[in-house]
Amino acid sequence: MSFLDYFRSKKTNTASVAKERLQIIVAHERGQRDMPDYLPQLQKELLDVIRKYVQISDDMVQVDVDRNESCSVLELNVTLPEK
Amino acid sequence: MARIIVVTSGKGGVGKTTTSASISTGLAKRGHKTVVIDFDVGLRNLDLIMNCERRVVYDFVNVIQGEATLNQALIKDKRVDTLFILPASQTREKEALTKDGVEKVINELSETFDYIVCDSPAGIEHGALMALYYADEAIVVTNPEVSSVRDSDRILGILQSKSRRAEMGQDPVKEHLLLTRYNPDRVERGEMLSVTDVEEILAIPLLGVIPESQVVLNASNQGLPVILEDQSDAGQAYDDAVARLLGEEREHRFMTSQKKGFFSRMFKGG
Repeated sequence: MSFLDYFRSKKTNTASVAKERLQIIVAHERGQRDMPDYLPQLQKELLDVIRKYVQISDDMVQVDVDRNESCSVLELNVTLPEK
Repeated sequence: MARIIVVTSGKGGVGKTTTSASISTGLAKRGHKTVVIDFDVGLRNLDLIMNCERRVVYDFVNVIQGEATLNQALIKDKRVDTLFILPASQTREKEALTKDGVEKVINELSETFDYIVCDSPAGIEHGALMALYYADEAIVVTNPEVSSVRDSDRILGILQSKSRRAEMGQDPVKEHLLLTRYNPDRVERGEMLSVTDVEEILAIPLLGVIPESQVVLNASNQGLPVILEDQSDAGQAYDDAVARLLGEEREHRFMTSQKKGFFSRMFKGG
């Protein structure tokens, strides 16, 4: 830092940018890490079953697994198209 | 039964070997019989950092394959009586480290040593997995920098799923965060992630903070584990980390910048 810089306004705090980016990516990667291996297949088959009755696209079904200490919860979100 | 400690990080160049050398030297200096194993097959470097590169005759892979006994391969440290080094092979394939082979060597070492420190190679491939598989504890070496923190989190996931303790459903591997190359001045200027930032993201207990220091390079140039530079900040920070590893309570040091006066800042350019 040169003498003049010392009096200039503060530059952006890059450390806080780094922290924010890391928190997002780490949370995302942890989420994927805990997923059981069968999840993609399960999602595909569920989609097939639902399609027998309702026309939906791939991104309208969301499958997540939430793990607590005592149990795991399989969360299934299906968005049905408007009639 | 020995305590098996892996020094790991995912990312390369963050200070795993420097840390392995210092932590093992520190443990041995306190009278614990300690062996440090280099798992980096093909890229052996622990021997250089510990100044025994010209005394290597047999290596880890020789022992696994029955070409040498452990006693033939172990190198006794010249500075600390209770410290031994098991060097990696420089010429073999990484796959020469098999789970069974590593287990056999670790079991045999376990009979006579108090601590087995495993210096992991970078990455998450075979060598790194072998280094962490049998661990009871893990020292995750991290730099306050985005790629290192992300890789550390990745390696934590692997410790929690692929270690023997995880596979056997035993108590999990005890995790320790060691933050290295820490520069408090840059943290204060908002240019570097702080200790609390990294602790918050990784959410594991802090073992120590090693300040960025010229002493580290000077020590490795000479093959001296930096913990033996006991007048230096980095050496003392490693000594604190060893003490904490052994259950001592020690306050963290070297985490705030040494304030410079106005004049020195002007003339040295801050």
